[in-house]
Amino acid sequence: MTKVWKRTYTYYFLFPAAIIYLIIFILPTFMSFFFSMTRWTLQDWTYIGFDNFKTFFQESSLNIGFKNTFVYAVVTCGFKVVFGLLLGVFLTSKIRTKNYLRSVVFFPTLVSTIAVGIAFSTLMHPTEGLINTTLASLGISGPDWLGDTRFALLSVAFVDVWKGVGFATVIYIAGIMSIPEEYYEALQIDGGNSWRKFWNIILPLSRPATNAVIILAFIGGLRSFDILWPMTRGGPGFATDVIASIIYKQYQAGFYGLATAGNVILFLFVSALAFPLSLYLNRREVDL
Amino acid sequence: MVKPSLGKSGKIVSVLSCVLLFASLLAGCGGSNNNDKASPSESASPSVSASSSASESPSETESSKPQDKVTISLLVDNSQDAVNVAKALVDAFQAKNPNITVETETRPAGSEGDNFVKTRLSTGDMNDVFFYNAGSLMQALNPEQNILDVSNEPWQSEVIDSFKQTVSFGGKLYGAPTNSSMGGGWFYNKKIYADLGLTVPTTWAELMANNKKIKDAGITAIIGTYKESWTSQLIMLADYYNVQAEAPNFAADYTANKAKYATTYAALRSFEKLEETVGYMNKDYLAANLDSGIKMLAEGKGAHYPMLTFIIPTIVQNNPESIDDIGFFAQPGDSPDKNGITVWMPPAAYIYKNSQHVEEAKKFLAFIASPEGMAEVGKVAKPTGPYVIKGAPIPDDVPQVVKDMLPYFDSGKTAPALEYVSPIKGPSLEQITVEVGSGKRKAADAAALYDKDVEKQAQQLGLAGW
Repeated sequence: MTKVWKRTYTYYFLFPAAIIYLIIFILPTFMSFFFSMTRWTLQDWTYIGFDNFKTFFQESSLNIGFKNTFVYAVVTCGFKVVFGLLLGVFLTSKIRTKNYLRSVVFFPTLVSTIAVGIAFSTLMHPTEGLINTTLASLGISGPDWLGDTRFALLSVAFVDVWKGVGFATVIYIAGIMSIPEEYYEALQIDGGNSWRKFWNIILPLSRPATNAVIILAFIGGLRSFDILWPMTRGGPGFATDVIASIIYKQYQAGFYGLATAGNVILFLFVSALAFPLSLYLNRREVDL
Repeated sequence: MVKPSLGKSGKIVSVLSCVLLFASLLAGCGGSNNNDKASPSESASPSVSASSSASESPSETESSKPQDKVTISLLVDNSQDAVNVAKALVDAFQAKNPNITVETETRPAGSEGDNFVKTRLSTGDMNDVFFYNAGSLMQALNPEQNILDVSNEPWQSEVIDSFKQTVSFGGKLYGAPTNSSMGGGWFYNKKIYADLGLTVPTTWAELMANNKKIKDAGITAIIGTYKESWTSQLIMLADYYNVQAEAPNFAADYTANKAKYATTYAALRSFEKLEETVGYMNKDYLAANLDSGIKMLAEGKGAHYPMLTFIIPTIVQNNPESIDDIGFFAQPGDSPDKNGITVWMPPAAYIYKNSQHVEEAKKFLAFIASPEGMAEVGKVAKPTGPYVIKGAPIPDDVPQVVKDMLPYFDSGKTAPALEYVSPIKGPSLEQITVEVGSGKRKAADAAALYDKDVEKQAQQLGLAGW
C-alpha cells in the first residue's frame, strides 16, 4: 500500500489542474462538436445533422475568408520572422541604449489589442488621419488604408506586425544570446566579417527561435480576429473577412449552432496547416 | 559542446513560448474583463433587490407591504438619447411611486447589444425591465419563454394598432412603446436646395436629377457613413413603402418563402436605387461614421443624408443653430402619386418573465405607455415623429424637420419598415449594401445574395416553408 502510494502520490498533485483543464477546455471542445450539429438558441437545441456545415460552406464570403486568413497568416508571420530576427541581432549587438531599446520594441505587445486597433483606424483615416495628413504635407495623396479593398487587409496585417514583432524579437534575443562564444572566437580566428557571423553562425544556430516564432505567429495569424474587428469589422463589404470574423458574425446574428460549426471548421483548418508545419520545422531542427 | 548549448537555447525558447501563450490567454481575458467592467452596477443590483425581497417576506402584513422599498432594475442601450429618455422616465416614475426605486444600467447598442440581451436572457440574469427593439429583433428573443405577456394590461387600449403588431408574438402582446415613432428617408439641406433652386422630389428620377445638379455645383450630394456599416442599409430599407405600394403582399410572401428580392421587381428596385447613388457620396464615405455624417449635414457640407429621423435630437443638441436649415422627405418611388414614408417603430419596454418584481415592473410599463410618460420623454428627447400612444400629441415647439413628416402621417401614407412585419432580416445585409453602395457589386447580384442570406436566417429561426 505504502509502496503504491509512494509510486503514485505525485500524480495526485495533477488533479486540481486536470479538473480545471477538463472543465474549461476538454468539455467545451467536445460539446462544441455536438452543438455544431444542432440549431441552438443557447436555451434549447434541435439536432439537424450536418446542415450547419453545409450552410457554412455556402457562406458567400467564405472563399474570401479562407484566402484572407491564409494571406494574413503568411504575411504577418513572414514579417514577424524577418523583423524579429533583424531587431534581435541589432539588440544583441554592442549598442549603448540596448536595454531601453529592448523595452521600446517590446512595448506594443503590452498594449490592449482593441486600443491599438482603434488608435490605428484613427491614424489611417483617409482625410483626417495622421498618416495621410503627413503624406499630404509631403505632397503625396495617401490611399484610404482601411476603405480601399486592395490595401485594407495589408493595413491590418501591418498593425498586427507592429504589435507582435516585439515578442518575436524577445524570442530571437534569447535564442541569439544562448549561442556560445566559441563560435564567434572561431570566426575571429578564421577572419570572417559581420556578414559571415550573421549568415554562418547566428542564422543557423537560432533556428529553434525561428521555429518558435514561425509556429506561434502562423497559428496566431490563422485565428486572428481581435485586431481586425475594431479596424474593419471584415469590411468594407466582405473584403477583409477572415474565418474568425465570419464566425463572429454568425454568433452576432444569433446562429449559435452555425457559428459553432464554423469554429469546428476553423479548428480543423488550423490543425491541418499547423501540425504539418510544426512537424516539418522540427525535423529540420534535428537535422542541424 | 554544440548539443548542450542548443538544448539550452531550445529550453529558453520553449519557456518564452509558454509565456507568450500565457500572455495571449491573459489578453483574451482582458478583453472580456472590459465588458464586465462596463456594468459594475448590474452585478450589485440583483443582490440588492434579492436582499430587499428577502427582508420583505418576514413582514407579511398586507398593509405594510406597499410601504416597503422595492428596487427594480432597468436595462437600456448606451446611446445618449436612450439614456436621457430612461432617466426622465425613471425620475418621473419614482416621484410618483416613492416606494419603488429603478436602477438603470446601460448596454451596448447594435448587434453587440443583441448579443448582450440574448446572453442575459439565456443565463437567467436579465434585468426586471429592459428596453429593446420591436419587430423581428424582439421575435428573435423567444418571447414566450423570456418576456412577460402584457396583453391584458389596461394601457394597451391607448396604444395604436400599427405599433401593437410589432410587439406581438403568437397572438400575445409583449411590450410598451418607449418613444415616438421615426421615419426613414432623406434629410436635405434647405439652404443648398434654395441656392440651387431645387424642389423636394416626389419621384426617384427627380431625386437623382437633384443629386446631379448638386454634384455639378461642387457639393457632396449624398452623405455616406459606411464606417458604421448599418447606415449603408438606409436607402434599401427606407424604400419599403414603395415596395409594398407596388407589391402589397410582399411581406407575407417573403416570410413564407414565396417572394424573393431578386425576382420581385419592386423589391429589386430598392437595391437598384442604392446602386444609382454610387459616385455621389463624400470622398471619405468608407471612413466616416454616423456622428461625422450628422455634422456634415448640419454644417451644410453635404446636401442629402439618407437616415432615420432619430438623429434629429442629436442635431438639436449639437447644432441647434442649423436645425431649421434641415428638412426631410420620404424616399420617393417611381411614380409621384405613390409617395409615402417608411416608419420605424420605437423600442419597447419589456418585462423579464422571471422577474422578482412583476407588479412594480407592470406599474413602470403602465407609466411609460401613458400620455404623461410620453410627455416626460418629450421633455428630454424631441420627438422624431408622432407618438404611438393615443392622446399623446407632439408638442408645438418641435423643429420643422419633424413636422415635415406629418403630411405623410395625416394622409395615411405610411408603412412600417419590413423588419417590423416580417421576422426575417438577413444578417449580412449591411455588408451587401456597403458593396452595392461602393460600386463593388451589381444590384441584381446583391439581391440574389441577400436572398441566400435571408434563407439562412429563416432556416436558423426554424420557420415553416424554408
